[in-house]
Amino acid sequence: MSRTDPTALLEPQIPALRRYARALVGDPDVADDLVQDCLERALSRWWMRRPGEDPRPWLFTILRNLHLDRLRQRRRQGRAVAIDEDAMPAIAPDQDGGLGVRDALAALELLPEEQKSLLLLVGVEDLSYEEAARVLGIPIGTVMSRLARGRQRFRAILETGRIPLLRRVK
Amino acid sequence: MSGERPPIGEDDLVAAVDGRLTPERAAAVDAFVAGSPDVGARIAAERRDREALREALAPIAAEPIPSRLRIAALQAERRRRGGGLGRIAAAGLIFAIGMGAGAAVTRRYDDPGTVRVPAYATVAEEASAAHRTFVVEVAHPVEVDAGREAHLVGWLSKRLGRRIVAPDLAGLGWKLIGGRLLPAGTTAAAQLMYEDAGGKRMTLWVQAIDGETTAFRFRKDATSSTFAWVDRGWGFAVTAPLDRDGLLPIAEAVYERLDAGGDAGAAGRS
Repeated sequence: MSRTDPTALLEPQIPALRRYARALVGDPDVADDLVQDCLERALSRWWMRRPGEDPRPWLFTILRNLHLDRLRQRRRQGRAVAIDEDAMPAIAPDQDGGLGVRDALAALELLPEEQKSLLLLVGVEDLSYEEAARVLGIPIGTVMSRLARGRQRFRAILETGRIPLLRRVK
Repeated sequence: MSGERPPIGEDDLVAAVDGRLTPERAAAVDAFVAGSPDVGARIAAERRDREALREALAPIAAEPIPSRLRIAALQAERRRRGGGLGRIAAAGLIFAIGMGAGAAVTRRYDDPGTVRVPAYATVAEEASAAHRTFVVEVAHPVEVDAGREAHLVGWLSKRLGRRIVAPDLAGLGWKLIGGRLLPAGTTAAAQLMYEDAGGKRMTLWVQAIDGETTAFRFRKDATSSTFAWVDRGWGFAVTAPLDRDGLLPIAEAVYERLDAGGDAGAAGRS
């Protein structure tokens, strides 16, 4: 099998792509739709990739961009929601009525998209900081500070076991 | 001086959680933690969190791959779909977007007190509406693909009455994937679509329009940004999911290259 054969290069990445997609969107079918679109795009621009380059950062970039497109599409109809932490409600540990969050995936769900992606790409998918910076299109210094903040927030959610009431409104 | 280590930074603490410190930096972090046990506790806790997340997600990667995600299946589907069915769907979409763009212009600018929509605003509005519709297309983002570039630019030029060139933006990392013809007001517009290696899509929009020649005008939407300008009876817009600073060099390159191309062809000018 040739080294540039798409099957040989893409298929080994599918488990990791499915894992990242599932952590981003939750629903297994929606996640696999995202992976399918990602793979279709990768095939349609196969000629654009640089031979010999590790396809992983490239594939994660495509998948994340597709995910963001969909988020924006959904949000376009309603109020504009910035994809940054300012738009997220603060954690209120003393507030009564919060829902218990002991599960890592439920806690992840409460992070802003950028912090979530960084925890996943660096902490789970083992991308280097440089590769993660390329996937997100941000400087490496920003990667480090958002990782630091994301992990602190993740910690706080797991420790308090609560999510704020605001987030429970569907 | 030479024996001093650089001070501990946030990046060291992050790398400590990931176990990616060089031996020297690891020693420096250890020394730092000895004096600040709370930092040590934080690193340990974040390591446990990291591990918990990996464990929670591990079963997903261990699942068998669904057959619809097999590369051979996707390639077969691509070959099957290569035909003309999408063209018909695209024709329907063109009509829809024409209506949609018109309605959007009316809604946005029909406020009491607004006298008249400036030409550049119309161009920006229609260009960004068309951008939003077609960049999300996976199967049929363009009507004529870049493989037939000569046909594409010839056809668009003929329909618009102006020589259209597809600016070469490879130097900026953008590759032409094709284009389509769309209605704009009472005339037609051309949309050329480009893509970067990461899958972002950028569109270039050209339409005939009456209005004053303007400098670049910037417009930001929820999904994308647009630079629009009007130049001697023609409206141009460049739209992409980038911020102002990211989009500006592209708009400048397009402006330069279109200007050169337009003068060389001169079909619609003199």
